[in-house]
Amino acid sequence: MIEFHHVWLRYREQSAPVLRDVDFTIEDGQLVLVSGRTGSGKTTLLGAVNGHVPHFTGGMMSGSVVVDGLDTASHPPRELSGVVGMVAQDPLAGFVTDTVEEELAYSMEQMGVAAPVMRTRVEETLDILGLAELRGRTLRTLSGGQQQRVAIGSVLAAGVRVLVLDEPTSALDPVSSEEVLAALLRLVHDLGLTVVVAEHRLERVVGYADAMLALRGDGTVRLASPREIMATSSLIPPVVELGRAVGMPGVPLTVREARGWAGPLRTRLEKADPASYDRLPRSEGCDPASQSTARVAGVGQGLDVASIRLNYGSVMALDGVDLRCEPGMVTVVMGRNGSGKSSLLWALTGVVPIQGGRFSVDGRLWSTAKPREIRRVIRLVPQSAADLLYLDSVQAECDAADHQAGVPSGSCQGLLDRLAPGIDPVIHPRDLSEGQKLCLVLAIQLTGDPAVILLDEPTRGLDYPAKTSLARILTDVARQGRVVLMVTHDVEFAAVVADQILVMAQGQVIQAGTAEQVLGTSALFASQVAKVLYPQRWLTPYQVVEALEGQVVAGRPSGWGQS
Amino acid sequence: MVAQTAGRLVVTNRTRGLHPGAWWAWALGCAVVASRTTNLVLLAVLIAVIAFTVVWSRTDAPWARAFRLYVWLGLLIVVLRLGFRILFGAKGSTVVLWLPQWRLPGVFSAVTLFGPVSAEAVMSALQSGVQLAAMVLAVGAANALANPKRLLAAVPAALYEWGTVVIIALTVFPQLAESVVRVRRARQLRAEAGRGTHLIRTVAMPVLSDGLDRSLLLAGAMDSRGYGRSSLVRPAVRRASSVMILAATLALCVGAYGLLDTGRTPWWMGLPMVVTGLVVAVVGLRWLGLRVKRTRYRPDRFGSREAWMCATAVVSAAAMMVVDVVWPVAAFPAAEPLGWPQVSLVGLGAVLLLLAPVVIAPTPVMAATTVTSAAHATATPSSAVLRPTISTEVGSTDLSSAQRYTALIRAEEAS
Repeated sequence: MIEFHHVWLRYREQSAPVLRDVDFTIEDGQLVLVSGRTGSGKTTLLGAVNGHVPHFTGGMMSGSVVVDGLDTASHPPRELSGVVGMVAQDPLAGFVTDTVEEELAYSMEQMGVAAPVMRTRVEETLDILGLAELRGRTLRTLSGGQQQRVAIGSVLAAGVRVLVLDEPTSALDPVSSEEVLAALLRLVHDLGLTVVVAEHRLERVVGYADAMLALRGDGTVRLASPREIMATSSLIPPVVELGRAVGMPGVPLTVREARGWAGPLRTRLEKADPASYDRLPRSEGCDPASQSTARVAGVGQGLDVASIRLNYGSVMALDGVDLRCEPGMVTVVMGRNGSGKSSLLWALTGVVPIQGGRFSVDGRLWSTAKPREIRRVIRLVPQSAADLLYLDSVQAECDAADHQAGVPSGSCQGLLDRLAPGIDPVIHPRDLSEGQKLCLVLAIQLTGDPAVILLDEPTRGLDYPAKTSLARILTDVARQGRVVLMVTHDVEFAAVVADQILVMAQGQVIQAGTAEQVLGTSALFASQVAKVLYPQRWLTPYQVVEALEGQVVAGRPSGWGQS
Repeated sequence: MVAQTAGRLVVTNRTRGLHPGAWWAWALGCAVVASRTTNLVLLAVLIAVIAFTVVWSRTDAPWARAFRLYVWLGLLIVVLRLGFRILFGAKGSTVVLWLPQWRLPGVFSAVTLFGPVSAEAVMSALQSGVQLAAMVLAVGAANALANPKRLLAAVPAALYEWGTVVIIALTVFPQLAESVVRVRRARQLRAEAGRGTHLIRTVAMPVLSDGLDRSLLLAGAMDSRGYGRSSLVRPAVRRASSVMILAATLALCVGAYGLLDTGRTPWWMGLPMVVTGLVVAVVGLRWLGLRVKRTRYRPDRFGSREAWMCATAVVSAAAMMVVDVVWPVAAFPAAEPLGWPQVSLVGLGAVLLLLAPVVIAPTPVMAATTVTSAAHATATPSSAVLRPTISTEVGSTDLSSAQRYTALIRAEEAS
């Protein structure tokens, strides 16, 4: 269905090729998962399927890509719109019309499909994707999962045989992601579509994939079965990591498989207490107390939030939230989109004024202060972290941060070197990778040594290694005596870093507890390892390995354990 | 299936309302009427008619909220007009305000600023200011009532690049406002309030680059979804028809100017120019249209309601032109001597006729109510014949809803 014949692609004459001699064939009706580190060329590879690369993006390509018998060299993307459907990460960015029905019909209108046929196909698509009740709705008012289903439907209605999706669920909460993935699986199994999907969180798709395309990072690509790739790849979901680490008889791709093989493992772990093992490897040679910006002395009482309320017009965003975060702990807030998580973080910065309640840091009341003053103790890394960057070099950003915080120059640069070593200070912030941008913003917000660091969805767009290093950084930042309060949908990331977990719904905290209590037992928020080893409350593969090696870790910082 | 209470009827499968062209025809009618009179009474009634129609017929779509901007623009026009008249001297017989006169020094000594302000000068400034404001409001009303994207859907494929630009602008521009809010909030996180050039650098730059990214994403998505498959048309044909349509647009603009300003323009700039423009446009579009295959999903039909709208607009404009010729004192009352302008009944009737959309246009369906009505529509089993589903909304019965109701009953019986 999709054939790549010795494809080489580079964006500029002298630059290294993004795709190097890529040669594979994807059969009709397969679900193919594309994996690779950030910047390894996933988006380029997906774009090449319908000729978006290089027709739209520019670039030099040799070799050929043939889809359903059509060569992309002679067929630009608009001519292939009836064969290949592209679905992007942010569905809203690609919507051309205003309502669900019009959006579904858009491609067909361009292709000149006869009106009665168009009407039938729109109705069918509405039913296939369960969008019938939403037909007249304005696209902007839909939830993320619904928008993504409309985006899939809008290409499906055009009668495509190949669906290409670039991280379709990375902006969605777990429930919405399930909704989108369920819809995708239905298309593969019932309609026999060929689906090519890129996804950072492999654990969601790898169990269903017929084949995997692994980008090695040097421009070469390997097509093999998921089990072969998972046996050797460095990008692996927790369940595979567990299987490989404890030597299961095969490579488990799903929780179900791993659970089948985990009987002996559960027996061996029976006596051990999960709470006494580290959930991620400690940073090598890093002694938190020895770092110059460390905040160990005089650790206070942390962050205290008492019944804060926040309305946007008639919408209640926060309905009396109480919480307490000890210094040295990472607190993770979870819950579906629109449950008030981000509002909570913004309320704590003072930028969005609260209508009731109060919050204090180390015993001092801050809820009545101005954002400029609150900033001395509470800092936020927002969801689109790059919004904070506006100067033309990393060096300039760091200097500005030092100046704003009133600390000796070089402080921010020093922090950045520890968080992400090897960033060229003269580079433009826009040219950094997502992970590097995040580290730069984190360094800027850590400058001046605030007591509380807030993060909104920091793992968006990060691959496994980047997430592991972020987890280490956040743990170190917390262990130096700060409060780290983070909002995330990423269950596996929460399993690695969280000391305390809060679950929010409808502007209220509905559950609070240690990571073991919440992630170990919840049906929705359980990590893969927790599901494999249920009813034991292990959360990460590293924790299990530690326990098996019998290395009991001593000396948790104060405040660990009960919340 | 007709459900009826003593309420206003909403035809749910026509949630889109009138054809956007009908709204533009109505708005042009308003603009022509405004251009044909400086009678403040008539203009005031006209502005009231436009505002009432907008409030009555607009939906809760984003573009519908733009009308407020036009109201501010209209006010600004009136204020500027008055301000300039006072600034450059408003002499006349009835002085109402004494301001010191100031002669500019040096080479500008011929110019005097301020001086006594007369009621007559204020009146004539008001007349021209309000006239212009009414025309601006008419355009604003069309923008608020007609879905710009549905109008654009009718853009011929020859203008494919233009269509892309306009669609992207229409989609990305509202998003830019959101970006500004987001970036400004983010800026507060870095304790940089920012003023002047600093503000431009710290807010405008990220917002603009954001807008650029979004525009590229949207353009890419449109490309991938088949927009502009007109490459089946030979480039030469496309270029030629582009030129023809451009020329036609130009001719139409000149013609409209000629029509509106008959006194001072040569005869050929009026009707002949409009006719030439229309002919060239139709030929160009037909020529291209034969080669481009594109269809419309549930297109806005140009039905009887649309025809009635156009008819009322034409009748109003014509009536006003007649008043203009037959009784110029009523259309263009002199500012001097002061006094209440005479109002001709025909002129007043012409203006009031423009209230027709209130009766003709369907009741606007808000996004919020669309949800329930759409759910209702899917919940009812549909027969092979596609029938309009009707749901009810509390409100007063008006003539048009009653008419629509009877029409639907007849349709029911017929099917």
